[in-house]
Amino acid sequence: MKIKQNDDAYNKYVDAITPKHNSFINCANAFWIGGLICIIGQAIYDLSMNYFDCNKEDAASWTSTILVLLSVILTGFNVYKKIAKLGGAGALVPITGFANSVAAPTIEYQKEGEVFGKGVKVFTIAGPVILFGVFTSWVLGVIYWILKIAGIV
Amino acid sequence: MKQQAVGKQTVKFDNPPIILSHASVVGEMEGQGPLASYFDQIEPDPAFGKDSWEEGESEMVRRACQTAISKSGITKSDIRYIFGGDLLGQLIGTTFGLKDFDIPVFGLYGACSTCGESLSLAAMTVAAGYAANALAVTSSHYGSAEKQFRFPLEYGNQRPLSATWTVTGSGAFIVSSTNTEQPMNQYPHITSVTTGKIVDYGVRDNMNMGACMAPAAADVIYQCLTDLQMKPTQFDKIITGDLGKIGSEILIKLLLDNGYDIISQHMDCGVEIYDNDKQDTHSGGSGCGCSAVTLSGYILHQMKEHIWQRVLFVPTGALLSTVSFNEGQTIPGTAHALVIEQKKE
Amino acid sequence: MDYIKAFIIGGIICVLAQILMDTTKLMPGRVMVILVCTGAILGAAGIYEPFLEFAGAGASVPLTGFGYNLWKGIREAVDSDGFIGLFRGGFKMAAVGTSAALIFSYLASLIFKPKMTKS
Repeated sequence: MKIKQNDDAYNKYVDAITPKHNSFINCANAFWIGGLICIIGQAIYDLSMNYFDCNKEDAASWTSTILVLLSVILTGFNVYKKIAKLGGAGALVPITGFANSVAAPTIEYQKEGEVFGKGVKVFTIAGPVILFGVFTSWVLGVIYWILKIAGIV
Repeated sequence: MKQQAVGKQTVKFDNPPIILSHASVVGEMEGQGPLASYFDQIEPDPAFGKDSWEEGESEMVRRACQTAISKSGITKSDIRYIFGGDLLGQLIGTTFGLKDFDIPVFGLYGACSTCGESLSLAAMTVAAGYAANALAVTSSHYGSAEKQFRFPLEYGNQRPLSATWTVTGSGAFIVSSTNTEQPMNQYPHITSVTTGKIVDYGVRDNMNMGACMAPAAADVIYQCLTDLQMKPTQFDKIITGDLGKIGSEILIKLLLDNGYDIISQHMDCGVEIYDNDKQDTHSGGSGCGCSAVTLSGYILHQMKEHIWQRVLFVPTGALLSTVSFNEGQTIPGTAHALVIEQKKE
Repeated sequence: MDYIKAFIIGGIICVLAQILMDTTKLMPGRVMVILVCTGAILGAAGIYEPFLEFAGAGASVPLTGFGYNLWKGIREAVDSDGFIGLFRGGFKMAAVGTSAALIFSYLASLIFKPKMTKS
């Protein structure tokens, strides 16, 4: 074409005219959906502690397990996707988001077989969480261990 | 034969091939959109009776080809070549859809511009006398495309407003030479093809495909008009494949900057195929199938009714893979422009 | 009172993540990584534990809580086992969430078929 190409100017222009989601509404939805999931977690925790006489650690474990189970079931029925569409970060941030990211590929890739479909792809979205979570905590652990030896901690 | 290469990137045919017949097969979402009544087949089962999205896409391709052949009045053995492609890795959608037709195949990849690429090559082959009839087919499928390029379908992800929705659809076209015995003015003619280059304006946002492809569309439309020495006003419509709302706005500006005003003629298949408000498809439809089914269902229908007589058809594609994207590369685009004409008596 | 705290604090963490997603073009994968690492770092800095006491599920349910658990596991293992604890502790506390996700997801894949999105 006649006019000389300028990538920077083009990208700036694109950014200016591309509409963004109404962030205020997104944040509002993220707030109440995320908050609601946390309330459900709190309810499970309290129920385990008070009704089933669990100790703190067991109650926390039950909370995680049941929230994960709920999320996987909702993913199976294709409902979690609708919750995430509305809630955005409200569905991504809680542990239910993590569970959805493991259940979704496992269900979707079943056509490629048990080993090469589900097995290979199960962590396709959540893999980074595990890798970097473990690695970061390890690095922090190394620092802690050194500080302990040095008598600082 | 006279020199048919014109300008820098265009071939203008002495004996323009005709589109003898065509067919469109689509999925449920497309069947609920504004163009629903124009499609040949709407299939509510997203797997088309098969076991996976990929096999479903192949079945959709098979049906589109079969329907185009039955509407044509010729048989499979009269078709010398198939030019076909889709979005899937190694073109498995096309391969498994075509393998039982017993016709030589050229498998093509042009991303969402494949309809333009396949029609161009089919037209060139027929016009050059290498075949009396050639079939051009393209397809895309929401399930298989999302799985390959983005996320498994069950994953909860908030799509930005610039994102487009991959069309589940396949369009097949039989391109024939003008030496056939049927009446000539009953068919649309492909009078010229302009082949696009790979155009890269440094966009890295894979959720804003319109912005990635608009420069390529502008480039090929500019070159086509310049090569043919024509003006936008000589066309009833200038129709891009899947630039969507945002890409369309960018295209018009880019062409305006370069001396061509197409605002009165421009239309986009991605914008037409869905009702964005009711179907919540954000920036519109995309995928190889988008331009293919819109051409077959809607555009050629408008031409048959003589509502439009000369159309510039410009399918657009974004050339990326998940690997290139993850490795930090930009997303170049390409587009092909075909002049399709059907005169009144 | 617990429920109100859980709702508000959990909600706020989600809002912060939403702002991050809306203003940058970060993909969900990266956002999840940021949340987990933040939880671990705040845990190591001694901030997350009192925060957890205060907010209950508002701090334990978000992925930051998962990151905090990873840190807690390593710290306890280093305290009791020394250097080798660095390799023992990480997964221990995250075991429940990860195992549950894997096991239930696999079971789900035997029951549920892939479904098309209907916008």
